[in-house]
Amino acid sequence: MQKITKDYSGVVVLKDIDLEVGEGEIHALLGENGAGKSTLMNILFGMSVIHATGGFQGEIHFAGEKREISTPLDAMDLGIGMVHQEFMLIPGFTITENVKLNREITRPNVLSKVLGKQLDTLDYDQMNSDARNALDILNIGIDEYTKVAGLPVGYMQFVEIAREIDKENIKLLVFDEPTAVLTESEASSLLEAVKILADKGIAILFISHRLEEIMDIADRITILKDGRLVDTTNKEDTTLVEIAEKMVGRKIERMVREVRSSEDKPVILSMRNLKVDMPGEMVLGVDLNIHEGEIFGIGGLGGQGKIGIANGIMGLYPTRGEILVEGEPLQLNNSRASLERGFAFVSEDRRGIGLLLDTSIEMNIVTTAITAFDKFIKRFAFLTQVDQRGIRQHARQMIEELDIRCQGPTQHTRRLSGGNQQKVCIARALTLKPKIILVSEPTRGIDVGAKKIVLDTLIKLNKETGMTVVITSSELAELRSVCDRIAIINRGVVTGVVPPDASDAEFGLLMAGRKRRAKQND
Amino acid sequence: MIKSRIQSIGWPRIIIFGFLLTLSITAIGLGIPMDQLLSSTLVRVGMNGILVLAMVPAIVSGIGPNFGLPLGIICGLLGVLVTIDLDMSGYSALFTAMIISIPPAAIIGAGYGWLLNRIKGSEMMIATYIGFSSVALMNIGWILLPFSSPETTWPIGRGLRLTISLEGRIASLLNDFWKIPFGKNQYIPTGMLLFFLLACFLMWLFLRSKAGVNMYTAGVNPKFATSSGINVDRQRLIGTMMSTVLGAIGIVVYSQSYTFLQLYLAPMYMAFPSVAAILIGGASTRKASISHVIIGVFLFQALLVVALPVANEIMQEGNLAEITRIIVSNGIILYALTQARKGD
Repeated sequence: MQKITKDYSGVVVLKDIDLEVGEGEIHALLGENGAGKSTLMNILFGMSVIHATGGFQGEIHFAGEKREISTPLDAMDLGIGMVHQEFMLIPGFTITENVKLNREITRPNVLSKVLGKQLDTLDYDQMNSDARNALDILNIGIDEYTKVAGLPVGYMQFVEIAREIDKENIKLLVFDEPTAVLTESEASSLLEAVKILADKGIAILFISHRLEEIMDIADRITILKDGRLVDTTNKEDTTLVEIAEKMVGRKIERMVREVRSSEDKPVILSMRNLKVDMPGEMVLGVDLNIHEGEIFGIGGLGGQGKIGIANGIMGLYPTRGEILVEGEPLQLNNSRASLERGFAFVSEDRRGIGLLLDTSIEMNIVTTAITAFDKFIKRFAFLTQVDQRGIRQHARQMIEELDIRCQGPTQHTRRLSGGNQQKVCIARALTLKPKIILVSEPTRGIDVGAKKIVLDTLIKLNKETGMTVVITSSELAELRSVCDRIAIINRGVVTGVVPPDASDAEFGLLMAGRKRRAKQND
Repeated sequence: MIKSRIQSIGWPRIIIFGFLLTLSITAIGLGIPMDQLLSSTLVRVGMNGILVLAMVPAIVSGIGPNFGLPLGIICGLLGVLVTIDLDMSGYSALFTAMIISIPPAAIIGAGYGWLLNRIKGSEMMIATYIGFSSVALMNIGWILLPFSSPETTWPIGRGLRLTISLEGRIASLLNDFWKIPFGKNQYIPTGMLLFFLLACFLMWLFLRSKAGVNMYTAGVNPKFATSSGINVDRQRLIGTMMSTVLGAIGIVVYSQSYTFLQLYLAPMYMAFPSVAAILIGGASTRKASISHVIIGVFLFQALLVVALPVANEIMQEGNLAEITRIIVSNGIILYALTQARKGD
């Protein structure tokens, strides 16, 4: 039905991908964050981002013919539909109105005969019965005249699907992580519905991180990694473990030779049932012990909650549970308390939280030390003044130590490259002389050379000062190259803490949400 | 090189300065006495300087230009009224007026800041209307407050007058301090300019103190500030209070130079020229410094002073002076607001 070969100019994010979906087939598309799944879908839908950035190479064949899909409208005309991860529904409208949005069935009336079709009367009876049909296909017993606002999340997902299948010409339906926000029972009824659709001859392209559900429903599976096609197999010819391995597996180059065991060292930081209410990164009860002097990695797929942990410790999002620092409880939801107890934080949101963009490098480096610890401050009776000379001296030293490429300590940070901005953030954290440094996504959006320097800096710090380093990263390979132990987070909880030399399959399964059962399945 | 230099000065300032230069040359061509223009520019700079300076803590703490300046102005007016009622005059009256106006300004500023913390993101619009409604409220206040001095109250009926002469009280005190005469009956208001510069210097010291760094950080990046252990709302509150207090002191300086106290509707639109001045000076709605204040107040007031006689010379029929004044000053304010930048 479809054969695509794509290559995407500039930075190659997709290289020679072939993807074929047959009529009535459920085809699963798998890959880590950033593997190129969304880019591939954007190309399929002719999204403007693709054309604005120079188009793509390769061909799309649909129903046996070569097609140019240059706008989402083209895709719709061909009968390609998508069920979005974020719901695109209007809460104040009924299910019918949402299903029929912009495709309303109308009857002419007096006014519209004079003033044009826009003023036609809506034919609610016809629309309701169409919507009913679509809902019946999905086996959903909900009334079509219910308002969308207040529906459980699972039902909203069904309304989205109903809207797509209500289109008469629908031939290919793409599901983008449809079960990510659903409970288990909701997810299983969704999977049932997907099967029903496939039986009706609609081709399904199913994107998901949950390996088990893919094993459950998919006919064929395509795995992407770093913009390349790893494999396309029939479900029968493979196993869960094999898929997991293919999804995360890549050559790991250890930057630290030995994997140290720090079990004998005292626990410096421990979390008990930690819950952090960070939108998009909910932490739902994490228990972790981190030992003094180790490099601890926190990994997992995007949106599963790994980012929330460090933000919760720093008191930036509402946090519950218990955090013990050297055995003493930490006051939660209080950034100052966290700073005073020896934490320093390098945020994943570098430009948003990590930097003062229109302020000099030197002030970026020292601001937190000034505001939280009264460093670089001279006192004149009741008056305080910042110590310009001390700041300059410290900034110069940091610029040299971390090799920050800049015009000088007074340059604003906005114009620095991503890597150098990250170094400024690290310099700011180090200025606090922390006991534990929390680093989130240290290498996101920076080039390869800078990545290595940033990671080297963290390793060096850990070695020379014995500082405990907690790295949160979406790049598993990076964690496996520097960490002593790695915790994998899935759906807000820890699925396992493993050494960096654990097998690819084990990591893959933990990331997909299989708790430590992983080993037994080998 | 030239491009980066222009960028660092900013196009709006270059345009305004160019316009001012053109006007000045035209003024010379028309034979308008320059010494008079220079003198009144300097007087107006001194008069408005502290009101413009009041914008600095507001912008730095993150609430943006303080359109609610009339709140502070009302407190300053109250201070002066009290000194007249106490039959004080001279420097003691001037400074007493300032000192008396500080506590109410601080308290009202705190309440105003508390309110602004609840409407983050739309401070400018709401502050404008807080300013307006406080003026309306004080219209009742001016009538009901128990002032009794015959200088300030209507001879018949009750309530305070529309304008109250400060002659023999605090009028021109700062203007005349160390004043340097030049040209034909013109002078440099040394005392007032020194007072303005002193206020600027104190603000400069504050911005370099720990409290100043806290406030600056809270203003430019609230999230960064929170992660650095700063209570952002508290900084905004302090900034609003400081701005309101400066508004009170500013109006005392303004009034002694104007030699009249203007009550009722007069404070209504006083925030706009100050906001416009600091924006023209190069401040954004998130960043402001002392240099923006000084450059801004000079450009704005000079433009106003020079534009009037030039316009009057060019359009001689009828009495267009008042209309031209309104068009020019509102024109500059409008231009400044369109140039307001959000940070960068």
